[in-house]
Amino acid sequence: MAKFQTLQEAVAKNLHDGDVAAFEGFTHLIPFAAAHEAIRQGRKDLTLIRMTPDLIYDQMVGMGMAKRLVFSYVGNPGAGLLLRVRDAVEKGWPNEIEIEEHSHAGMANAYEAGAAGLPCAVFRGYRGAGLKEVNPNIRSITCPFTGEELAAVPSIRPDVTFIHAQKANRNGDVLINGIIGIQKEAVLAARRAVVTVEEIVEDFAGVSPNACVLPQWTVTAIAVVPGGANPSYAHGFYDRDNAAYLAWNDIAGDRERFAAWMKDNVLEASPEVFAERVARLRKGNA
Amino acid sequence: MSASPATPTEMMTIAAARALKNDDVCFVGIGAPSAACNLARLTHAPGITLIYESGTIGTAPDVLPLSIGDGELCETAVTTVSVPEMFRYWLQGGRISVGFLGAAQLDPYGNINTTVIGDYHHPKVRLPGGGGAPEIATSCGEIFITMNQSKRGMVQNIDFFTSFGHGRGGNHRQELGITTKGPTLLVTDLAVWKPHPETKAFQVVSLHPGVTRQQVKEACGWQVAYADDVGETPPPTALELDTLRDLRARTERAHRAA
Repeated sequence: MAKFQTLQEAVAKNLHDGDVAAFEGFTHLIPFAAAHEAIRQGRKDLTLIRMTPDLIYDQMVGMGMAKRLVFSYVGNPGAGLLLRVRDAVEKGWPNEIEIEEHSHAGMANAYEAGAAGLPCAVFRGYRGAGLKEVNPNIRSITCPFTGEELAAVPSIRPDVTFIHAQKANRNGDVLINGIIGIQKEAVLAARRAVVTVEEIVEDFAGVSPNACVLPQWTVTAIAVVPGGANPSYAHGFYDRDNAAYLAWNDIAGDRERFAAWMKDNVLEASPEVFAERVARLRKGNA
Repeated sequence: MSASPATPTEMMTIAAARALKNDDVCFVGIGAPSAACNLARLTHAPGITLIYESGTIGTAPDVLPLSIGDGELCETAVTTVSVPEMFRYWLQGGRISVGFLGAAQLDPYGNINTTVIGDYHHPKVRLPGGGGAPEIATSCGEIFITMNQSKRGMVQNIDFFTSFGHGRGGNHRQELGITTKGPTLLVTDLAVWKPHPETKAFQVVSLHPGVTRQQVKEACGWQVAYADDVGETPPPTALELDTLRDLRARTERAHRAA
């Protein structure tokens, strides 16, 4: 049964030190506001799962919240590397982190298996790939019908998944539009799910019967945070801030510059700033 | 129209675009492949189906996306599916004819490293990793690769097998039970390369206009081999060059404007 809460409450109640947490959204609808709240609350020793760590985990890793990172592409999409994650992996700053690396197909299958309540995912993958030599969680299984050797990975079952979505209705059902990525699977695979939304509407009248809707009983908490995906975007609401993604390389490239940026833009900010940040990125204001 | 002759990178993009056919279904890697695939769509292959791993199928963006999940990819797509559906039904299901990849490090057998320089557990440089590439490399009908040549990028032995090409060469793919063709084309800023029919090692089949064998050698970390009859890559047409430059200019404006 979804509870409508402030972002502070929703994060405090659902994210604890040591949790296995997924903040998902495949380039689109990345839950930055929820991550920033988690940073302000100072959670630590987290296992952070995300297909594309993106700036959101660069920031969390750089703030020392992660003990383990599970991922399949650790770049700044289209703009280079994630320099805070790189500093942690190469130099152990601000702390050493363990990594568990997969391909996108591996993680997508693992989330789906988690949502399906299965212990593992089976697919045709990792053939000739070096990852299976360095990640003991990539194994193989023989098809009992054809004898084909297939890849197997454990399912992903987070303690908590955070996503951002366009809308919730008064019942607490959640609607996701556009590039829907892995969000549905990440929510259904998790014990608890926290959703930030752009807005709450009366109902979903007129929405396609095949739209991606998470019924209210699959969601633990909903917080309204307009702009909460910035610098990622919300289809139909505001655009991706590509300039901010390009600018991140300079900020993340230096430990002190990063710390100063996090102080000004996260530690001393509040969820309300996201609405101001996206004002110029809204449709028609470009 | 075009004021200046094509740069080597423009020549690379144009030669790569020409390899795509109107009826191809192409899984598009970000960066150099994305420019080539969209140039093909805007010139000789208007019917091509472009797929990005974010789930957008049959997309037709007006500018090159910065990420694989930019909003315009979804807005212009025939349909947008979830990421597990993309990798399970469409890629693993064998629906995609060409995978177009870039590479940080490439060996002569088309094996690609985008994961680490140095040892995996204690890397000198931690690169982004594979993303969709490990399965793109084995599930698409064939693989085209495009990258700028350098001694650091084109090496005899890569540090990590992110995506499998022809392995040790010969029949190594078949030995691993892989039924797709693997790398069939490499387009660099200097030349067009294809695998030797038996060894599967890349050899130069054409040099871009004005490029010498000495230049290719100086920008390649392995012993360069040449096909029996090496031709010259046809120079860019005015349409190809103008279309590419317009696309680049629109893209630059769009990404810096925000």
